[in-house]
Order: sequence, then C-alpha cells, then structure tokens
Amino acid sequence: MTLYEQLKQDVRFIEGLKACMNCGVCTAICPAAEFFDYDPRMIAVEVQSRDEERIEKLLKSETIWYCGQCMSCKTRCPRGNCVGLIINSLRKLSQKIGYFTQSQRGRQQYALKKVLIYNILNHGYCIHPDCLKPELHPEQGPVWKWIFENRHEVYARLGAHLDQDGPGTLRKIPGSVLAELSAIFDESGATEFLEKIESASQAKAKEMGLMDEDGGMERYFMHVYSSHES
Amino acid sequence: MKRQAKTRIWNDYQKLIPDDNFYYLRSCIRQNFFPGSEHAFLQIMKNDLQKNVFDDPNHTTCTGIAYHSDLLPFETLQTVAARQFALMTESGYKNAAVSCVTSFGIYSEVLETWKEFPEEEAKARELLWKATGREFNVPENVSHCSDIIYHFRDQIAAGQKYSLINQHTGKPLKVVEHIGCHYAKMFPGKGIGGAEFSSVLSGMIESWGGEVVDYPERRHCCGFGFRQYLIMGNRGYSVSNSRKKFESMEPYRPDAIICNCPGCAMFLDKWQYVIGEMEGKTYGPGREGIPVLTYEELAGLMLGYDPWDLGLQVHQVDCEPLLQKIGVQYDPSMKFKGLNGKNLGKPVLPACFKAAELEVIPG
Repeated sequence: MTLYEQLKQDVRFIEGLKACMNCGVCTAICPAAEFFDYDPRMIAVEVQSRDEERIEKLLKSETIWYCGQCMSCKTRCPRGNCVGLIINSLRKLSQKIGYFTQSQRGRQQYALKKVLIYNILNHGYCIHPDCLKPELHPEQGPVWKWIFENRHEVYARLGAHLDQDGPGTLRKIPGSVLAELSAIFDESGATEFLEKIESASQAKAKEMGLMDEDGGMERYFMHVYSSHES
Repeated sequence: MKRQAKTRIWNDYQKLIPDDNFYYLRSCIRQNFFPGSEHAFLQIMKNDLQKNVFDDPNHTTCTGIAYHSDLLPFETLQTVAARQFALMTESGYKNAAVSCVTSFGIYSEVLETWKEFPEEEAKARELLWKATGREFNVPENVSHCSDIIYHFRDQIAAGQKYSLINQHTGKPLKVVEHIGCHYAKMFPGKGIGGAEFSSVLSGMIESWGGEVVDYPERRHCCGFGFRQYLIMGNRGYSVSNSRKKFESMEPYRPDAIICNCPGCAMFLDKWQYVIGEMEGKTYGPGREGIPVLTYEELAGLMLGYDPWDLGLQVHQVDCEPLLQKIGVQYDPSMKFKGLNGKNLGKPVLPACFKAAELEVIPG
C-alpha cells in the first residue's frame, strides 16, 4: 500500500483534505507559521501531489511537528479543509512506520508518551499534580512551587479531594476504572501504537549513544524533553 | 424587515442549552490549576441556581491532551469518549456539562465524525463493548460549562453582590475575554455566537456590568500548542503567542482577562510572570500584571464568594488590584492559609512583580 493510500485510511485525512486551491488563508491565520519555518499551505500541496517521495520526505521532516493543533485553519479555509487534521494523519503514519525518530521534533514523542500515557493509565488524568515537578516546569513560577510543596493542604482548602476515594476534584480514579482504560487501549490499538513509539525510540537512543548504562532511557528522555532545535 | 432578517441570522449563531440535569465531565487542567473553579461551578449550580448536576467518580480524562499530542489513535479517543457517554446513559443523564474546552472540542469532533462516518461510531461501539461490556446512547446535548453559566447569566446578575464597576471611578471595568480555540473554531455551530461572534464570555461580562475590550489579537491562540508547551524545549512557541496577545491588548489597559478554557487561563497567567522575569515587562499599571480569571471565579465573585474560597491565591498574577476595583471585601492575611487557617507559608514574590506588593492596599 502506498503512503498516500495509508493516509486515506484515516478519516481525519479524508475530512481534512477535500481539495486545496492554494489560497494560503491557512498560512495567514496559523500561529505556528508566524513563529516557525512552517507553512500549512505547503502541507496540503505536498500531500495533494500524491508523490510518494515527497510524502516520505514530509513524514521524516521537522515540518509536521510544528503545528500547535489550534485548528484555526479549519475556521478559515474556504474549501472546508483542515491542515491540522492532515497533520494528525501524517504524525500517526510517521510514528506507525518509525520515521518520526529521524527528526529532532519527532523524537520528542518519546517524552510526551512517557509523561502523558503514564498519567492516563496510572492516575486517569492527562495531568496530575505529582508529575508537575517545579524543576521541570520553571515557567509555572513560585506560586506553583508553593502549591506543589503543600499540595494536599492547598487542594483540600479549595474543596478538592486529591487522591481520595469518591467523587470530587482530583479524586483517586478507582483501579477498576483504570483497568477499563487499559482494556480500551488494548482493544483500540493504542497499546500496539505506543509500543512502536517505544521500540523505535529505544533504537534511536542506542544509535545516538543516549541510552543509560543500565539500558534505561532517562538520558534520552531528558535530551528530547529539554533540547532546543538544532 | 431589516431587523427581522438580522434576528433570524443571529438565531443561527445560538445553541440550545438545557435548563437542568447535567452530567459533569471534569477537566484535567482545570482540576490541577483551578480546583476552586470546579468546586465553585458545582456550588453555583446547586446552591445559587438550584440545578441538578451529577458528579460521577467513575469518569476519566477524555485523553484529549495526549490525542492532540498525537500519541493515541483516533479509535482510542472515540472509545474513551464512548465510555463517558455510556456512564451518562447508565446514570440516566442526557446533557453533558463539559468543564474543559479541549474536551468540549473532543466530544464535538467525535460526535460530528459519527454523523459523517457512521462506520466510525459502529467501530467505537464494538471496541467499547469488547473492552468494558458497556453500551451507550449519544448525548442529547453537549454544553461547555461556560455555556451553562451564560444561559443563567441574568439569574446570576439578579443575585449579584458585586458588579464589574470600578468603585473608584463609577465606570465599567474593561475586560478582555479569551474564548479558547477549541470552543468554536473547529465546529462554529457548537459555540454561542459561532467562531465569528463568540458571545459566551462577553455576554457574562456585559450582564454583570463590565465593558468588553475588542483588540486586534482577540481571537489569537494563547499558544498552548499541546506538544509545543509540554516539551520544555518547545515552550518558546507558547510564550510567544501569549506575548503577542498581551502586546496587542496592553494599549486598551484592561482591568482583567476572563478565560473560557482552563489551559488558556493558566498560560495567560503564567506567561505574564515569565515575560516579566525574562524582559522586565509587565502589562498592568506599574509593576502589576493583568489579573486572569476563569469564568467560574468571575461568577463566584459577583455572587459574593470569598476570593480565597474560589482559589484566586493559586494565580501567579495577583488578583487584589481587581478585587479592590470591584470593592470585594477580603482578608489579605488569609490568602495563603490552609483549612482552618493552617499556616502553609507563602510563595516567594517574583522580582518582576515586587513593586506591586507595595502598592496593594489591604481590603
């Protein structure tokens, strides 16, 4: 199956690319186009070409990782296209094939997976206060540091039930519920997909000499999490 | 005739918001960064408006942040959404009250996909059944919680203890409203006023006595960008977008920023601190920032809730200048106290806001 045919299997690709007339309104409205060397119009042009070499180049590029998923392009496109959705399908295919480790920004998927998937499957939340360590989030400032250090007291003061049974803000999600989330991940292909990200990242860490001596991935994690684009 | 035509056109920008009986779908970001807002929403709904809202301990994250970071297949997202709908069905609720703009976008995307691609819904039903043995009905209504507050804005106004009037000048306070991209940019028909005339927050502000600031970058993204914030090396994108908005709104001298989306509220608060520390630039008068509030916090203040019960102490930009303009009575000594006045110390005051502390007048 060609790369283009694989993209066409994703309903988001079908929905996101009807027919691009190259007007460039998406680029005009795109926040990522303002701050990165990124042109959403060219994403539509490249995939619309159906040229396998050009699509492969895109899947291995930094370019597909610049979109911030604000979906402003969806509102403005006179043809009802949405480059943000095309990007979703490109990123999925790049990770499925393993091309994502060929770009610095693509490699960041490992760090995202490690943090977000851990939180979802272990806490039932995408974000949990325990993971928001001030040293990894200096932008959160001294008020967050104070909250983090006193989190049980501060959340209780605000009516939250951090890590407690029953309903409420930041309640402990029951183990039976977390088991359902895991089962959904298994049945719907997430587990297999995430294993692809893991194995490709491990191979890349080895190639880059960033694997820990004990075979762990901490060095690689910190590298992809914190380094700026070269 | 002209007026009738306008009224008819405007009707296309409205959405139906139920009067009662909501299933509450909480927000990861709001729970972490604005826990007092979710608490206040439930209190306002139950105590001030006498509405029924079910807070189910068994619902989970919608996984939207991981989905928009491209870590999860679309099938997984649809099945997680289907599980939330199954919980609603099992507990007898048809109206979803969604606390998060990202989640609101997710549920809208899933439901719209199912309309256009019925085979996707069939797949989600099968996956959910295999994974959990659950079945679901599609919700009759999905409203963002701000839609619901907007719906009852006049009732809230009727019980107002304070209004958005500057107590020193007698003039309306100037308020910036930030809607959040996923509220109406993806599916304009799902938001009040659509993408072009979003009125969910401006309606609240005007009902409660304030004046909405219209500024050039009003609809620009806050810069979250999912992977562009979550990865430390990418955060320049996020702060640059917020900075663009601050620079654009600054000449209008806003008294406050009100946010629809919890992520936007967090970024517009925290990035003011970062810009202050990096560039020495603050956007309020003197060395102050512009206070950033959630709509629940604003509604709570109007109804006379204590600012420290609402959680204004967990903001990085001090909210006291706004409280003083509104005339809110508060006890500054209780700001950083725990339950029963327990001493929890207090955060270090950042250098960029240091002069502001000297200017704060005790309430």
